[in-house]
Formats: sequence, C-alpha cells, structure tokens
Amino acid sequence: MDFGFSEEQNLLREQVLRFMTDACPLSVVRTQNGGLPRELWQQAADLGWLALIVPEAHGGVGLKWIDLAVVLEESGRGLSPLPIVSQALAATAIRRSASDDVKGEWLPRIAAGEAVFGIGLFDDPTWIDAEGIRLASGPKLTGAKPFVSDAAAATHLLLATRTGEDLHLAIVEASDAGLSAQPGIDRTKPFGTATLDGVAPQAAFPISTDDLAFLTDCGAVAVTLEAIGAAEAVLSLTTEYAKNRIQFDNPIGKYQGVKHRLADMFVDIESFKSLAYYAAWAIDDAPDELPRAASLAKAYASDAFAGIGVDGVGLHGAIGFTAEYDAQLYLKRSKWVRSAFGDADYHYQRAASLGGL
Amino acid sequence: MDFDFTPEEQAFRAEVRDFLAENLPPPAERGRGFMAEWLHKVRDKRWVGFSWPEEYGGGAGSLTEQAILKEEMALARAPALGTSFMGLAWVGPGIIQYGTGEQKQRFIPDILDSKVNWCTGYSEPNHGSDLAAIQTKAERVGDHYVVNGQKIWTTGAPWADWIILLTRTEFEVERKHDGITCLLVPMDSPGIEVRPIENMAGDRNFAEVFFTDVEVPVENRLGEEGKGWAVTISALANERSSIGEVTQMFAKLESLKNLVRSTARQGKPAADDPAVRRRLGEFEAKIAAMKYNGLRYLTKQLRGEPLSSETSVNKLHRASLEVEMDDFAVELTGLAGVQLPGSDEAVDGGRWARSSLGWPSVVIGGGTPNIQRNIIAERILGLPKD
Ligand SMILES: Cc1cc2nc3c(=O)[nH]c(=O)nc-3n(C[C@H](O)[C@H](O)[C@H](O)COP(=O)(O)OP(=O)(O)OC[C@H]3O[C@@H](n4cnc5c(N)ncnc54)[C@H](O)[C@@H]3O)c2cc1C
Repeated sequence: MDFGFSEEQNLLREQVLRFMTDACPLSVVRTQNGGLPRELWQQAADLGWLALIVPEAHGGVGLKWIDLAVVLEESGRGLSPLPIVSQALAATAIRRSASDDVKGEWLPRIAAGEAVFGIGLFDDPTWIDAEGIRLASGPKLTGAKPFVSDAAAATHLLLATRTGEDLHLAIVEASDAGLSAQPGIDRTKPFGTATLDGVAPQAAFPISTDDLAFLTDCGAVAVTLEAIGAAEAVLSLTTEYAKNRIQFDNPIGKYQGVKHRLADMFVDIESFKSLAYYAAWAIDDAPDELPRAASLAKAYASDAFAGIGVDGVGLHGAIGFTAEYDAQLYLKRSKWVRSAFGDADYHYQRAASLGGL
Repeated sequence: MDFDFTPEEQAFRAEVRDFLAENLPPPAERGRGFMAEWLHKVRDKRWVGFSWPEEYGGGAGSLTEQAILKEEMALARAPALGTSFMGLAWVGPGIIQYGTGEQKQRFIPDILDSKVNWCTGYSEPNHGSDLAAIQTKAERVGDHYVVNGQKIWTTGAPWADWIILLTRTEFEVERKHDGITCLLVPMDSPGIEVRPIENMAGDRNFAEVFFTDVEVPVENRLGEEGKGWAVTISALANERSSIGEVTQMFAKLESLKNLVRSTARQGKPAADDPAVRRRLGEFEAKIAAMKYNGLRYLTKQLRGEPLSSETSVNKLHRASLEVEMDDFAVELTGLAGVQLPGSDEAVDGGRWARSSLGWPSVVIGGGTPNIQRNIIAERILGLPKD
C-alpha cells in the first residue's frame, strides 16, 4: 500500500509547475481568448504531456491517468488555457473503443499535439447519459452539437452521435464543423457550437454505454484534478492576503470568521484531493471501482470548490471583485467545474445507487 | 501509487478474518464468559498494542498491518481489544515515548493485559480549550509531589485505577506551556475524591476529581518536570487521530442504509426520495474522504515524512458526521425516531435516538471543532494566533 506519488511523478509535477510559472502565468492566461496558444501547446507536446497516456505502440509514453493527474493538478493551479483535458479524453476514448486502424492513425497525432481535439458529447446541458445525446449517426452528419469543449482551439472534434440505441463517436475536421464560439463564464474553458451540414466524419466508431460512462467518469476526474490545484491557489492567495491585510489593528487572518473559513477550505481540499487521487488511480488500475470513486470525488469537489471560489473573492473584500485581481478568475473556474461532467446532485444520487440504494 | 498489499500483509488479513470467523460469535450468541475469553485470545495473538515494542509485550507490528487489523475488526464489529481505551490509545503510547525503562516495565504489561483502567485528568473547571493554562498544583516535597486542585469531565474516573494527570509545578512562567508536569497517579491515593456527573444521555461516565494534599512519588512523573506539555501534545494528537479513524464509520453507513431501505415516509419508500439519497451520498463521500485522507497520511508516516496537524482534518469530519448521521436517522423515522430503547415504537431498538445524544464525546472531547480549525489555520496555514 502506497498512496503517494513516486519520485518521477514529483519531478513531472515540478516540471509542470515551472512551465506554469515561467511560460504560462496568469498574466498570459488573461490574454487568451479561446484560440490555441501555439507556442505553449508545442512546449506541452515537446515535454511529452500530451503523449503521457497514449500507448507506446502508438507513439505515446504509455503511462497512466494517475501520472496525468499530476499534470492536470498543476495546470489547474495556474488555470492553464491549454486543452489538455479534451486531448486526454480523445486519447482515452480512442484507446478504449476505436478499431486498431483508427488508433494507428489518430493516437500518434494526438500524442504529438498535431491533432488538437475538442469534445462534444451531450447535447443536453444537464444530462450526463446516453439519453443526453441527440445528433444522429451516419456517413454524413447534419445538425447541431452544442457544448463542444475547446472548440476554437481544436483542429478536430470528437462528437457523440446516435442511431436508435447505438452510440458512436465521430472524428470531424474542425474547419468543416460550422463552429461558432459561445461566450461563457470561464474563458479558460471555452465552448463552441458545431452546426454540421452533411459533414463526412474522418473516422467513426461505436461506443458502448459502459464506455461512454467510463469516458464521462474520466472527464469528471480530470476536471476535479484541475480543481485541486485551482482551489489550493485560491486558498494560498487568500491566506497570504489575510496575513497582510490589517483592519481594526490586526491582520484579518487573526479573526476567526476569516481563519476558520480558511481552515475549512483546507479540510475540503484535502478531502476531495484524496478522493480524486484514488479515482485517478482507479481509471487504469481498478476500473470497476471508477464509477463510485469518480462520483464521490466530483460530487464533493463540485460544491466545495464552488464555495471556495465565492469565499475566495469575498474574504478579500472589494478588491476581490476587481477584474485586475486574480481571485475572480478562480471563482469563474469553480462555476464551470460545478456543472462539467455532472454536478454534485447528479453524482451524489449516482453514488447512492452504486452504494445499493 | 498502489493499493495492493504485500503477500505477507494479505496473509495477515486472512489470518485476522479466520480468527474472527472462529472466535467472534454473533452478539446474541455471546455468553457470559465471552469478553474475558476474547480479551485473552487477542492478547495471545499479540494484537493488543499491535505496534508497541516487543520487549514490553507489544506486537511490534507494522503500521500497515495495524491498519488492516483495525479495518477487519471494525468490519466484523468486534469488541475492543482491551478494557482500557485510554490506556491503549494514548497513555500507553505516551509512556512508551516519554517514560523511563522502569515505568514501561511497570505500566505497559498491565495495560496490555487489561488489568488496569486509565483515565485522563487534563481539563479543569476554568481551563478546557485553553488547556495549557491549567492550575492544579503539584509541589515538590522531598521524593514526592503534593497535588492540590480539581479536574473535571474525567471520563472513566469512577472506575479507573490510574489517572494521567496534568499539573503545574511552576507558576511564574513566561509561556503558560512551561511549568506543566505530567504525573501518573493511583486513583485510590488518599486525598482523591471522585464525584460522577450525569450527562444528557443519562450516563455517569465522567466526573469531577478533587485532589487534596495527594502525595505522588517522584518516580511517577512522566517526562521531565516542567515539560509536561510535550507529553500532552502527543497524547492529544493520538486522541484526535483515534477519533478521526474511519473504520467504524463504514459500518455505521451500512446500518443507516439498511434503515433507509426499511423505512417508508408518507407511504413511499424513503430509498426513492432524492433528498434522502443525496444525504447518503454526502455521508459516503465524507467517509470515503476520511479513508483516503487516512491512507495518504499513513503513507507519509511510512515514508518517514513528518505529519503536521493533518489529524485535525479527519477529526472535524468525524465530528460533523457523528452529529449529522444520527440526526438524519432520527428525523427520517419521525416520531418513532425519538423513542428510546425500551419503547415499543423504537427504531432499531432505539440506537439512533440513543447515539444522537452521544456526539459530544467525539465533537467536544479531544478539542472542539473551533479549536481544530484554529490548529489548522495556525499550524498548517500559518495564520496569526487569536
Ligand atoms: C464526553 C466528554 C468526555 C470528556 N472526557 C475528558 C477526559 O477524559 N479528560 C479530560 O481532561 N477532559 C475531558 N473532556 C473535556 C474536553 O476536553 C473539554 O470539554 C474541551 O476541551 C472543551 O473545554 P470546555 O468544555 O471547558 O469548553 P470551553 O473551552 O469553555 O469552550 C466553550 C466553547 O467556546 C469555544 N471556544 C473556546 N475557546 C475558543 C477559541 N479560542 N476560539 C473559538 N472558540 C473557542 C469552544 O469551541 C466551545 O464551543 C471531555 C469532554 C466531553 C464532552
């Protein structure tokens, strides 16, 4: 039993942290507007992050989600605008459900960062289930697919489609997809809507409902891992502020209304961190346990991080409300995380079912 | 990262399970002599004081195997491994860490053999959360100390054989944490008077303990004179981590689920009610978080990395779960939920109603939630003291 990271994983963590501090600080993040920051993306590819979970046979590093976890946590800490989660989900879907031909063609391109993926799974904004998929499967796709992640950055889209009960994932060229960017709260997690008009997919493969659930669970775990870093960033920003801001002759961090809220943030972050690490480990090493582990982690994190986002702003007073101050960027991420891949209510209900109720 | 156990650890788990299958009859079938026999058997296995040094009769087992033992015992709802909870949870470990060789020989075997019961004399009427300010006086006279003062909330005092007692040997100190001395005192010493206090559940487990010119030999001092605070800190950390242990919470969650499955509200199965299901999901998430927090902290210990005050995290979870789960069960079952054992209408024999009056031992005992938050804020986050 060893519930900690290895030396290699810790080195990887430091590497990502350095990248986020040197190459992609919040001052850079703020300048992004949904498109792909080419240079940064290339660096991420050169450092091997996009290839981590791609099998070696397909040009990847052949590691696991728990290795990727370190990358996601640290890039979440700096609110990285790179579409690493979408890319990882595309790799995961293809790795698990596609034919050898499709794997052979697409996984190396994903690993190299040459194909950049946006993901569009559910047409319904609150339905994380096969029923939430409406776009019709076929040799040519026609219709709308809303909520496509990282649409403006993508060269390719992975879209979920259906015929009757059968589900498919289709790879289409982004430039063919009639994409329109949609403004959202968190600019680092941009969505677009695809309006397809007889677009022939470059590849398509069936996906079982179990594999779809697996993919969604990976998504839930991925955004929760990013939320660990982001929530810790809020806690550290707010703690530092509380040590230095003087009111009534004392640092505000001396007052329990402030310090106890910060202590509670610590308790929550520690807790959804433990749940998320376990879920990330389960993806490759105990997939049977993934549904429950992912739901518990995402449910806990969704509400806890949303509260941290709000209080991270509130504990700063008015300065927290300013555009210039960084706390607001994290609040926006927390609102996005809450709804992404199922909210707390969805996952608590699911955990109850999986727990035998 | 891996959650696999070594072949030896797996074999150990199997051994524990086999032992339990053989030696732990269902509660209804446990006869009069059961408890004595049980204590004898687990002692023979060296499972009492599992990780304590062998030379004093401990099991010298690894932390991982200790975790396995606790988990299996809790899953089987086995009774405790000894009669002196405090002796096993923090007095023994304190003596092992700070005691003289002679003290270890003298006290440890008796704790392991359930021959003596210990109680803990820390809190005073005017000093609870602010424990370091205690005033019970111990004056050195020749080869003994003379103790005068009062303790309160001393759990188990009415039947304890010994008390681990926090006293003040110096009153003129710069920091109140200095000048504190820890003494090990027989409860039948002349000058000790115990007055039990009834709690809201009707139990009389804790008491006021008065000390009037009680003579304690110097050889009964634990740690150095004036340095008793260090002993206390480690005992409190042990108390908090034992409160923060998750093992029993899974069994409690299962009981709660069974209750939900067998309960109808306004003619409809409670298990179909989204609000009910969500609450159970929330409990499970917190309990699972306690489990995996515990495993992360255990990993740190196994790697020899220092633990800070992380035990306060699970202590806070346990405290809120203990209140919320009982309260949920009581509310779920309506008027039947507030019936006590003995009532014909009681739910699960009244156990939820009963335990809904028991939370203060894990919520207030070992330091209140506000104090745990202060600990996290000050020692981990580095915020100013209030
Ligand atoms: C069931 C039970 C068993 C116990 N067993 C033992 C035992 O065996 N031996 C023993 O020595 N003691 C025992 N205790 C005592 C326990 O350790 C104390 O009750 C506890 O430390 C709180 O002290 P207090 O009761 O004096 O409350 P106080 O310290 O007076 O606190 C009252 C309230 O004020 C709050 N408060 C106090 N200081 C602060 C602060 N700085 N910031 C914010 N809030 C604050 C507390 O959170 C609490 O809500 C037991 C208590 C209980 C309930």
